[in-house]
Amino acid sequence: MKIKKILCSVLLATCMLFSLTACGSSNGSKDAKKADDSSKSGNITVGFSQVGAESDWRTANSTSMKETFSEENGYTLIFDDAQQKQENQIKAIRNFIQQEVDYIVLAPVTETGWDTVLKEAKDAGIPVIIVDRMVKVSDDSLYTAWVGSNFELEGKKAAAWLKAYLDATGRGNEKINIVDIQGTIGASAQIGRTKGLEAACKENKNWTLLAKETGEFTQAKGQEVMESLLKKHGDDIDVVYCENDNEAFGAIDAITAAGKKVGTGKDDILVMSFDSTKTGLTDVKDGKIILDTECNPLHGPRVEEIIKSLEAGKEPDKKQYVDEEVFAAVKDVAKISADGKDYDVTVVTDDVISKRAY
Amino acid sequence: MSNEKKSFNWKAITQHRLFLPIVCLLVVLLVNVIKTPNFFAVSIKNGVLYGYLVDVVNRASELVIVAIGMTLVTAASGGQDISVGAVMAVAAAVCCQILSGGQVSTNELMNSMALAIIAAIIVAAICGAFNGFLVANLGIQPMVATLILFTAGRGIAQLITKGQITYVRVGSFKVMGGYIGKCPVPTPIFFAIAAIIIVNLVLKKTALGLYIESVGINGSASRLVGLNSTMIKFLTYVICGILSGIAGIVASSRIYSADANNIGLNLEMDAILAVALGGNVLSGGKFSIMGSVIGAYTIQALTTTLYAMNVSADQLPVYKAVVVIIIVVIQSPVFRRSVDEWKKKRALKNNKAMEGGH
Repeated sequence: MKIKKILCSVLLATCMLFSLTACGSSNGSKDAKKADDSSKSGNITVGFSQVGAESDWRTANSTSMKETFSEENGYTLIFDDAQQKQENQIKAIRNFIQQEVDYIVLAPVTETGWDTVLKEAKDAGIPVIIVDRMVKVSDDSLYTAWVGSNFELEGKKAAAWLKAYLDATGRGNEKINIVDIQGTIGASAQIGRTKGLEAACKENKNWTLLAKETGEFTQAKGQEVMESLLKKHGDDIDVVYCENDNEAFGAIDAITAAGKKVGTGKDDILVMSFDSTKTGLTDVKDGKIILDTECNPLHGPRVEEIIKSLEAGKEPDKKQYVDEEVFAAVKDVAKISADGKDYDVTVVTDDVISKRAY
Repeated sequence: MSNEKKSFNWKAITQHRLFLPIVCLLVVLLVNVIKTPNFFAVSIKNGVLYGYLVDVVNRASELVIVAIGMTLVTAASGGQDISVGAVMAVAAAVCCQILSGGQVSTNELMNSMALAIIAAIIVAAICGAFNGFLVANLGIQPMVATLILFTAGRGIAQLITKGQITYVRVGSFKVMGGYIGKCPVPTPIFFAIAAIIIVNLVLKKTALGLYIESVGINGSASRLVGLNSTMIKFLTYVICGILSGIAGIVASSRIYSADANNIGLNLEMDAILAVALGGNVLSGGKFSIMGSVIGAYTIQALTTTLYAMNVSADQLPVYKAVVVIIIVVIQSPVFRRSVDEWKKKRALKNNKAMEGGH
């Protein structure tokens, strides 16, 4: 009986420890001290609530923020990792308000459910800058500005490149069959990238979108879906449009396992992808992925611009997109234009990959 | 099983425990005869078996392995282990992290494969033992007890992988999720079959199967007749943990990486569904491993069927839900009783032998 009691108390103690670390409340007290220090030194204090560290992209996003808002640049950054939980983010924002930070930067985990806490920030007179995903709030004035990627433009760029590439290689009038391995349904990246492709398929009469299936942004699902698509459409598939790099890795594995080839050959399958992570670009260099459209995680500089203009008393644009590049495996296309703007196409070399931050 | 009886003893077949699960699986498969005639074609392509059916059996492997563990846990404790997906992620993280020697990506093995696999399985067994201790020794509700690892497990996996996806790009590691040498059968199938055979042997050759059932039906009565019911419950959780660990290793080998966020995601729900589809009572007691195995294959057959029918990704869950509702209703005791009554009435009227009214 006694042993049981001891075991029980040990267990409860461990549980408490777990919950403490999970909430990150132990971090909170440390951060609070930091904020006090900074108000003395005259730095601009920025509270950043990050979603988590689920991918290389996210890590690069965090690093960009940390590098931009460093002590040397005259900032004090309070960084909070929410471990994919909205309640942690809400808690973090309330902490920021209590610590009277100058600006709050939020990378929201979901789009909805922010009204109350953003209202609290507004009442406290702290400007909120949203990065990456968008928030859906009843009143747009609850946040000052948004910085992120234009996913639909990414899709349009990819489609524009494909068209230019097909024209350049003399396949401009051939019948082209495309399959779309979508991201997690409902994610803004999925919606935008699918839209971009669908618009292009409507425009180009010789393009057929054979199938759309979700790969949920993961390698395992991308592989499973591609396996099945290959069985359904067999030799008909010309282009696989993967909505992120992980799906592309899975799709490439499935294609090679079925005895087909990825690349530019006559019967080969062209694999297109998004994100342009380091591993993704390595596959571009090897010619496995033909085109990788960047999804730029380096939001730091853009957010700093907004803060600077706010400090100067100016009103920044509500929606701001980060610059994004296009990376190709082949030289056939040098320039593409989407939405009336021209973009250079970068051919991937070892140099490009080694410069990559994520 | 009872082929020779088939012609005259309908009743014995329809009343067999596995009759309904098998019928459900066949119904799901038969839809394809009409919609996708080439569903059943199995050929050799690129030196390996190729076809939708191969995909079903291959992709269901992890689910089969986990469903076996889930069946035992359900039978003994009358509750479910919802941490299996998270335990898979932990095992995968341990395995990949050891193989990569702590690096994010590796092209050669830093430690021996045996060490990594054994360590991963031991960690998974410890997770199972933790669950088992909470349920069997402390008498906590299984779903509440396993909720701890359900939430904490992925966090632990993230800690192990330092929040990154650890890649192990080594041929010998890919074998477990791919193919052994020139063998045309995917390796995960062997894992699933081995798990089925070993667990069945253990249950049949020892009295463990009987003990589990008796503990599940009435724990106190079993204790009174001299069974250590605490130990038996504990044991089922450890077995479930080990099986989850094996499934996690297979899943990570498929994508030669440890994706802490996505490996085994939502698999606990599928595993519970497999147990239910297999005709097992979720409140414990009598159980059938084969039923759960068939249930697992049914779920994967459904997924692959929907891919083959080109159902668009946003509607996929609806179709799945409809089929699951139908299957569960067919198997519900109330429905079966009313069908039996209806049949009796008909038999009285016609005074004729009954026919398969299901």
